[in-house]
Amino acid sequence: MAAAASSSCTLRGVGAVASAKPRSAAAPAARSARVAAAAKGPARGRLVARNAVAVTPRRMRRPRRLDPSQAALREGLIEEMKSDPTVCVMGEDVGHYGGSYKVTKGLAEMFGDLRVLDTPIAENSFTGMGIGAAMKGLRPIVEGMNMGFLLLAYNQISNNCGMLHYTSGGQFKIPVVIRGPGGVGRQLGAEHSQRLESYFQSIPGLQMVACSTPYNAKGLMKAAIRSENPVVLFEHVLLYNLKEKIPDEEYICCLEVAEMVRPGEHVTILTYSRMRYHVMQAAKTLVNKGYDPEVIDIRSLKPFDLHTIGNSIKKTHRVLIVEECMRTGGIGASLRSAIIDNFWDYLDAPIMCLSSQDVPTPYAGTLEDATVVQPAQIVAAVEQICQ
Amino acid sequence: MAAAALLRRLPAARAPATAFMAARPISDSTATLTIETSIPFTAHLVDPPSRDVTTTPAELMTFFRDMSLMRRMEIAADSLYKAKLIRGFCHLYDGQEAVAVGMEAAITRSDSIITAYRDHCTYLARGGDLVSAFAELMGREGGCSRGKGGSMHFYKKDANFYGGHGIVGAQGQLFEALNISALWKLPAILVCENNHYGMGTAEWRAAKSPAYYKRGDYVPGLKVDGMDVLAVKQACKFAKDHAVANGPIVLEMDTYRYHGHSMSDPGSTYRTRDEISGVRQERDPIERVRKLIYAHDLATAAELKDMEKEIRKDVDAAIAKAKEISMPDTSELFTNVYKKGYGVESFGPDRKEMRATLP
Repeated sequence: MAAAASSSCTLRGVGAVASAKPRSAAAPAARSARVAAAAKGPARGRLVARNAVAVTPRRMRRPRRLDPSQAALREGLIEEMKSDPTVCVMGEDVGHYGGSYKVTKGLAEMFGDLRVLDTPIAENSFTGMGIGAAMKGLRPIVEGMNMGFLLLAYNQISNNCGMLHYTSGGQFKIPVVIRGPGGVGRQLGAEHSQRLESYFQSIPGLQMVACSTPYNAKGLMKAAIRSENPVVLFEHVLLYNLKEKIPDEEYICCLEVAEMVRPGEHVTILTYSRMRYHVMQAAKTLVNKGYDPEVIDIRSLKPFDLHTIGNSIKKTHRVLIVEECMRTGGIGASLRSAIIDNFWDYLDAPIMCLSSQDVPTPYAGTLEDATVVQPAQIVAAVEQICQ
Repeated sequence: MAAAALLRRLPAARAPATAFMAARPISDSTATLTIETSIPFTAHLVDPPSRDVTTTPAELMTFFRDMSLMRRMEIAADSLYKAKLIRGFCHLYDGQEAVAVGMEAAITRSDSIITAYRDHCTYLARGGDLVSAFAELMGREGGCSRGKGGSMHFYKKDANFYGGHGIVGAQGQLFEALNISALWKLPAILVCENNHYGMGTAEWRAAKSPAYYKRGDYVPGLKVDGMDVLAVKQACKFAKDHAVANGPIVLEMDTYRYHGHSMSDPGSTYRTRDEISGVRQERDPIERVRKLIYAHDLATAAELKDMEKEIRKDVDAAIAKAKEISMPDTSELFTNVYKKGYGVESFGPDRKEMRATLP
């Protein structure tokens, strides 16, 4: 039975800070408390009982550690790879290097070079390879070092990933997870600050989710791996080091469900990924000003969770969408359209959508800040909607 | 030569830096020197050029100066990055200077160059100035891309330098380029700066054949010691003559980067510190030229040291100047999206009505 004692997952040997030590001197493969307890000795590659327990008194006295998102993602990966031998990872520098954002750190030591495959720099080819492997029965996770690089694999993602299940009349399924960090970071330049969710959203056959907290990162990762459909998991460059306590017990987040972040009465604010944090920051100001915003992290970018969204709109009658996509053709544009189609009668005000500017992301810090939506703009928008 | 030797016995001039440089007769000498490259060239489908490279003392001094300037700039960029004045991604070129410098010695500014994200020194070699480079790195409006590009997006149109690109690597595109340029006999030189690591992955783990100069298959290739600026110059001269006459050629520059892939990469998790210091000791491009300068009596150690000190001052001055340049104004966010202003007008079918401005 999962002990009630520790509600934090202690991952030892894995930190948010990149280690400068040579790989051979790195700490052994990351294990959660329950896995480590059950292992009792070198557990490399061994399948470990899922609900193993044993939290020792000494561990209870250890200070509680909060999990950064990349560790939560890693934990989800490890759990799925341990329970299903067909799950494998492929991408650039995912194996020996441990991943450019450390999401796959230690996995190559645990599962071997074939299941954690270092590919050459050839996105189009290794995405195609992942899709082929999925057609053959494996469950690959294809990592784009940065989402922007996956543009080089667009043909594979659109034509093969999205279409093959349909064009083969249902014969082939593509249970692939395509994941990687995207979004506007800290002055990474135009090509490394792209928001591909707006480019991929039209591809039929593809499912898209965006994680935003360590909790939903792990849950969505697990759900995406288990899904029979191709899922694109959008992580964000700036959210890898956010920390949160996550449950010891196994859990999954439903891929198609939105997350209620803050219930409220006055206005529904729909957001996802990094903008969630800007919205919550604005929410603090709004609460001080007497507003009661309802904040929903939509999480599922394709399809939209219109059930949760609709119920919220029926309550508040006002909608503000806050996204990091560009205004033209972004997720917000589609969401707005879907809300108008379905919930027109419940709206008391026009839907407002705050998006990034339609410009390549500039390098200069001041310009970059002006490109994305800032909390002050969110506050102003809510005040305008609630007039 | 006797007059030159006499001048060297005089005490070092106390004149200001520029005057000091102008008073160096040895640096201006255009007497021919023939120097052998470190190793012979290895060739694929073509006869390699000779190992004997003709150069002049003036050129060697220029090589030393340019490479030292590049080295100094990259090291200064390292400090600026750690001081958080440069943000984002910063890929440093130190160790590879000979490639940029040797290449420029063999081509002209009307020949075009395009490269990837490790472009600071290529920009400099194409005639870019230090202040614009640092200003761009620090995101100021005086930068070569007006602060909007950053480290990976340096360009210089008037020098035919086409950048500066962040997303690279697609091998399929390489073969497409080889095929098309060979088919149409385009005067293209495909240079592989082989620093042996693709970020954290060693070349033997990512490439079936490490002989990149042979990768062109039907396209001839040359393997060059990329740490020897004279070899690079010879190879590029040979390649340019070949390309203009016969079509594409591949050049593999065997070089090395001392820093990690970028400032976010320590550079020591996938290679040993011994390897890095070994290359620095045995093959450093600047040291090689320094030894040549001594061997041919072109300058003394003190003179070279003074030159390096002056370079250091120049770089520091450029950084100070760049720091004073302001950040771009917020209105700059919307400039240069399209050629004719931010909004592009769209017309109706008869081109008379329905004017709308697209975002």
